[in-house]
Formats: sequence, structure tokens, C-alpha cells
Amino acid sequence: MPGSDAFDLRQFLRGDGRNAGVWIALAALILFGLARYENFGSAYNIVSFLNYNSMFIIISIGMCFVIMTGGIDLSVGSVAAFASVVAAYLSPYGIEVALPGGVLAGAAFGAINAFCIIAMRIPPFIATLATMLAAKGGALVISGAQTISVDWGSNFTKLGMEKAFNILPWTIVIVAIVAIVLWVVLEQTSLGRTVLAIGGSEDASNLMGLKVNRAKVFVYLLSGGCAGLAGVFLASGFGAGQPLEGIGWELSAIASVVVGGTLLTGGLGSVTATVAGALLLGLVFNILNFENGRGTISLSAYWQMVIRGGFLFVVILLQTRMNASRQKAG
Amino acid sequence: MHSLLSMKGIDKAFSSVPALRQAHLEVAPGEVHALIGQNGAGKSTMIKILTGVYRRDGGDVRFDDKPADISNPGQAQKSGIATIYQELNLVPLRSVTENVVMGYEPRRLGMLIDWRTAHRRTREILARFGIDIDVRAPLGSYSTAIRQLVAIARAVSLDAKLVIMDEPTSSLDDREVEVLFGVVRELKNSGVSVLYVSHFLDELFQICDRVTTMRDGQTVAVRSIAETSKLELIADMLGRNVEDIEAAGMTDLGGGEKQLGDVLLEADGIATGRRLFEFDLSVRRGEIVGLGGLLGSGRTEAGRALFGVDALTAGEIRLKGKRWAPTGPAGAIGDRIGMLTEDRKAEGIVPDMSVRENMTLALLPRLSRNGQIQTGRERQIVEEYIKALGIKTSNMDQPIRELSGGNQQKVLLARWLATEPELLILDEPTRGVDVGAKLEIQAIIRQYVDRGFGVVLISSEFEELVEGADRIVVLQDGHSVATLENPGITEDALVKAIAHHHTGEHA
Repeated sequence: MPGSDAFDLRQFLRGDGRNAGVWIALAALILFGLARYENFGSAYNIVSFLNYNSMFIIISIGMCFVIMTGGIDLSVGSVAAFASVVAAYLSPYGIEVALPGGVLAGAAFGAINAFCIIAMRIPPFIATLATMLAAKGGALVISGAQTISVDWGSNFTKLGMEKAFNILPWTIVIVAIVAIVLWVVLEQTSLGRTVLAIGGSEDASNLMGLKVNRAKVFVYLLSGGCAGLAGVFLASGFGAGQPLEGIGWELSAIASVVVGGTLLTGGLGSVTATVAGALLLGLVFNILNFENGRGTISLSAYWQMVIRGGFLFVVILLQTRMNASRQKAG
Repeated sequence: MHSLLSMKGIDKAFSSVPALRQAHLEVAPGEVHALIGQNGAGKSTMIKILTGVYRRDGGDVRFDDKPADISNPGQAQKSGIATIYQELNLVPLRSVTENVVMGYEPRRLGMLIDWRTAHRRTREILARFGIDIDVRAPLGSYSTAIRQLVAIARAVSLDAKLVIMDEPTSSLDDREVEVLFGVVRELKNSGVSVLYVSHFLDELFQICDRVTTMRDGQTVAVRSIAETSKLELIADMLGRNVEDIEAAGMTDLGGGEKQLGDVLLEADGIATGRRLFEFDLSVRRGEIVGLGGLLGSGRTEAGRALFGVDALTAGEIRLKGKRWAPTGPAGAIGDRIGMLTEDRKAEGIVPDMSVRENMTLALLPRLSRNGQIQTGRERQIVEEYIKALGIKTSNMDQPIRELSGGNQQKVLLARWLATEPELLILDEPTRGVDVGAKLEIQAIIRQYVDRGFGVVLISSEFEELVEGADRIVVLQDGHSVATLENPGITEDALVKAIAHHHTGEHA
């Protein structure tokens, strides 16, 4: 990092200043949880919560980059499922092979997306809808529509259990590293700024000689690769490659990104706020589980989804209101 | 005098910075009233208060003999105030008729839309303006001029008593402007008032009755057009004496002894698939070469070809004596050519990005080390250019969309100057920019060529070309047809060169 610039915490948290809502909601939810449930703040709950949500966080970050260019990637859920099967097949060779293998499988779908969108000029929505179906079909074909058990003898399943440096599970550490690297890419590099410029005005970006296509290839490869990594986490955490998983993940990811203040039209966005968005969405389930655990209410998984939807709505409303008042003041 | 609209003692502040101070504006029934002033003078704020976009902090608004307390644009429309925006708020994919009647469709049996009546009514209104087009075709298939007239037709169909036009002619060519003026006169004859906001002072003398001038949030003069002069209006806008301005001259591109250097760029019979068929040009160091011609003559296309946006289908370009094959904007920038595009909104600014980010986008390759932006250097460069070009911004991290048009244009100019191109192609660099900023931008361009660089200046303003360019290449239907040399070019000579070849070609 250039030495002349001090790290600006406010900018780090705030991104473009549009996403105060997500941080407030996240803080409120955490405080609520801490006040109401005894074990909410326990190390066990925190670690297992982060561990489980690492898949969604990683997919949301990839999605965030795609959306910032004004695109969309609907294929992430099926690609994760496909990659989980690939990783399960590769698990006997150990994590050293299965992890890159799963990521590459995801990135391969990202490459197909990039090719369709950039070279063939198919709108992202359509192109990634097609790869979504293709990846889902592909996952069923290579798995024979069965869950593929991982090799429990190898070190593959330790990804989600063994702790790195005896502190945190590897999944969480990997997610943290990816998030930090991509935050730097977005905030500090010309690639990141090109991504935002494309979303702001693709014509202008082209006429300024920015490497528009290269940046677009990057975001789709990244999104595919992130989905692949999520697939690896899935296989490792649940002990099996799951061809039928991943349904609706793309929508959760888009929700996390939007809650994080990223514009669906592109041009504005934040990695940190996207992570916060993903955490927020996960936390709603976590809290509902605690509430069920108290025995005062008993909500089925279906009702939990309804509540999460309502909560999402409230946060986005809060977000828009705050932006509106901010613009009036400015 | 009896007024249709009367705004008195209007105050408005944005986060305690006053934008309007005791401003006033009166429009008589059936009057075409001009509202002028530099960017940031308060014109838009005044209009936005009138149309309910902003709430005033103080003052009185009366419209049509009633106190008007308009709190949103819909209410303004209902009370008879229609606004024709610069960026038209119409739906290009739907038909002309739909755009005119949307929200007020004639009904049959209380439910179904009566399309036959809708089409007929739309045709009638457009016919009043002397326009005969297929009203069933999508609006987007017509030119900006037609779209603008459709917007006016919509306003008229809603029984507007006051039509506000914000820079209506900025994207029209001469003939289209004439049609628009016809419409304005027709509105006036039928008793509708027009509030006309424009930077083109010449226009005001053709169609306006009175003019209100604003400066720094205040109304500084209300004059009858018949009893004033262009110079007087400029003096009002700038807050200076008429004599001072006369001494300084109107356009600042010219002046200074020319010392021309080597030939920088030569184009020989180049053509692209986009309305450019045979175009010759040479630019020397220290020279501003103007491209003149009517809208659609291939001026912009010539610029795009030189910048490598459109691929050549014939001809060749030599850069500094060597044959040069354009490969696209990135390649051109690498070879130190820059281009400021005509359409600032669509092809220039990235609206949500800050002034700083917008300014350094084209510079990123040189600002980054291993892909990482050197933010310290970035801020330093931006700081320099903000100072050098006098860009008015609260700070460099302010979103560019919050700046006035003139300041946005300066940021874009800075974007290119920072890359230090040897050849800079400027397409309408002062369009939609107020008089003060225009002079400043022209001075910046002159300083730049004086450092031994070359400029290709594309402009639809004859005055800017005649006074600013060292040479003018005249284009017509995608061909370069004549070259005029300064000193000695007059506006008349340029108009004749354009007109002569026009008649010659088609005779």
C-alpha cells in the first residue's frame, strides 16, 4: 500500500457511504442476540455460524464484483453444486488437489460466462441463466444424481474442522483472506476502479481506453471461482458432493450484495458491506434458531424464510431512506 | 402588469449554503420569457422550486392568480406547469402516441383505451406544430428534435399554461431549431407562456419577449429583449461593465503569434463505415485545426476515426511521419492521442464516481504500480488540475454528478490534459457550458497548444471555430471539401464554404 495514505477506517466501513444501514442493522441484531440469548456470544456459536456462512459470504463477494460492472451471475448456485461434486471426487488426493480442482471447475463456468457475454454479446442475465441450467445438469450427470461421499481418510474434511494456527477453522481464514485481497483490489487497484467505471458508464470507459473486456473477464472468472470455492466448502463441511444443493443461492447472494448498498445497475459497491450483508442474512436464521431453542415459539424453516424476507425488506427500506435523506442534505 | 407567474423574494439554502437569495421572476400570459445566468446562478434551483422538486425556504409564488404551493412535479403538471427537460423524460420504446397520452388515455366503455382517438388527437397536436410523422412508431426511432417536440406536444395536450424549456436547442441542428422556434411561436399565439432557459444568447433575440438574468442566486436584471443587446446580457451575467467585456473580446481561443512546428498527424482519404467517406487532415504542433460543417456532416465521425473508435475502411493515417494503424481508444491513448467526446453524459462522465476518480480514469495505467493505484500521487495530480483549471468543487471526492455542466466539462478536460496527449481531439468542448466557463476552457485549450501540442476542435458554433481555429477543414456528407486559413476567416466565409459545397454537391 502506498505509504503516504493512512488507512481510513471510516472509508473502509462505509464504502461509498450508501451502506450505513447494513452496519446499523447488523449491530442491532448482534446486540439483540447478545442481550436475549445466553450462548449467542459463545465462541462455539460464533465459529459455527461463520463456518456455515462462509459459503454464502464467498459467493456474495464474487457476485458483488459482477454486479458492480452492471452484470449479474445467476449460475453461482449450480456452479457451487457442480464444484462440490468435483471436489468430492478429488477428495482422495487430499485438500491440496480437491480445493484447487473445485475452484478451477467453478472458474471454468465463469470462463464460459465471460465468453458468452463478451465475445458473443449475450446479455449476462441470459448467458448465466443458461450456464446455471448447464451446471446443474452437469452436476447430476457426473454424480449420477447421487450425493458423492468424500474420502474421510484424506485431509479434505479437515477444511471446516481443523483450526488454522489453532485459532479459527480454515474456511473462515480462507474467506477472510479472499475478502481482504478483493477489498484491496476494489479500493486500491486500477482493475477495481475499472470495474466500477464500467458499471457507471461502459461507453465512457471504452472511450477512455480502459481495459473493459479484461475487467469483465476478471469478474466472471472471479464469480465462478468463488462459487467453486463455496462448492469445496460445501463438500468438505457436509462430507459429500451435493449435486442438488445450491438452489436459490444466487438470490441470497444478490440479496446480500444489495443489502450491502451495491447498486444493481452497477457503478457503486463495497466488499465490506457485502460481507456485512451476507452476515446479516445468516444472522437472522441464527437468531431464529435461538428463539426456537428457547421454546417460546416454534417456527418451521418455511416461516423462517418468510421472516428473513420481511427483515430484508426492512433493511433495504432503511437503506433507501437514509440515502434519500443524505442526497437531500447534500 | 398582470402576471401568469409571480415568484417573489425566494430564498433557498442547501445545507446552509444559500442557493437563492430574494430571487424573483415574473412571467406574463402568452409571453416567451428567457431565464439566463451562468451555471450555478440559481436558474435550475428556481425552476425546481416552481415545479415542486425543491421546497422554498421563504418567499411567495403565485400562479394563475392563486397562491401556488406546489410540492411535487405531478402537482405542477396538474396546475398547468409543464417542464421539457434536457434529458427527456419519455419512454423511447413506446409509440409517439403513447408518450403523448400516457396517464391521460382517452377511454372507451370506461376501461379500454381508445387508441383511434388517441392517435388522432396526437396527430392533430403535432400537425399544429407542422409535424407529420407516424405516431404509431416507437418514439426512439425519431431524432432528438422530434422527441423534444413530442414532449412539448404532451405538455400542450395537458393544457399547460406555462411550458418550461431547459436548454431545448442544445442538441438540435439549425433546421430543427427553426421548427422548435415555430412551435414556441405557436404556443405564444395560443396564449401559452414559455419560460426559456438557454445558454445561446442569439436565440433569445429571435423568440423571447423579456429576459430575467440571475447571478449568484439573485435576480440581477429584467430586460425587454427589444431594448437590450447581447453584450448587455453578458455583462449582467458576469457582473461586469459592458466596456470591459468589449475590450477583452468575446472568444479567447485566438490571439498570440502562431509558431507552428512539425506535422503531428496526417489523415489521407480516410473512411469508416459511419458516415465518413473521404477525409483529409493535417495537424501541426501548436495548431488548432477546426472541423466545421452541419450536424451529420461527419465531424464527429472524423474525430472518432482519428481516435480509433471506428475502424478505417480506406485511407491511411500518419502519426509523426510514421504510418499509424488505429487499434482503438486504448491504443490511441498509448500513442498519446486523447479525445473529449461530445456526449458528456453518456460517453464522458461516470456519474457516481468522484471528481478525483473521474479525472484519473484515463491516467490509471500510468498511476498504478503493479496494478495498485498510487493514491498519494493521484491526489496530488487532481489537486493541481482542480487549481489550474479553476474547477468549482467542494472537495475532490464529491460525486461528479453534483457539479455544474461547465465544471464537469473541466474535469473531463483535465482527465485528458493529465495524460499529456500530443494530439487532443475536442468534440464540442464548450457545449452547454456557460459564458464564463467557456472563456476559461478556451483559454486552457490555447495554453495547451502553445506548449507544442496539437488540437482538433470540433464545434457547431461558427464563432468558436472562426475565432479559435488556426485552420478550418469544412466537412460535408462525410467528405472534407474545403480548408480555410486564419487569420482572415469570417463567419460569413465559413457559412459560405459550407453552403456553397452543399448546393454544389446536390445541383
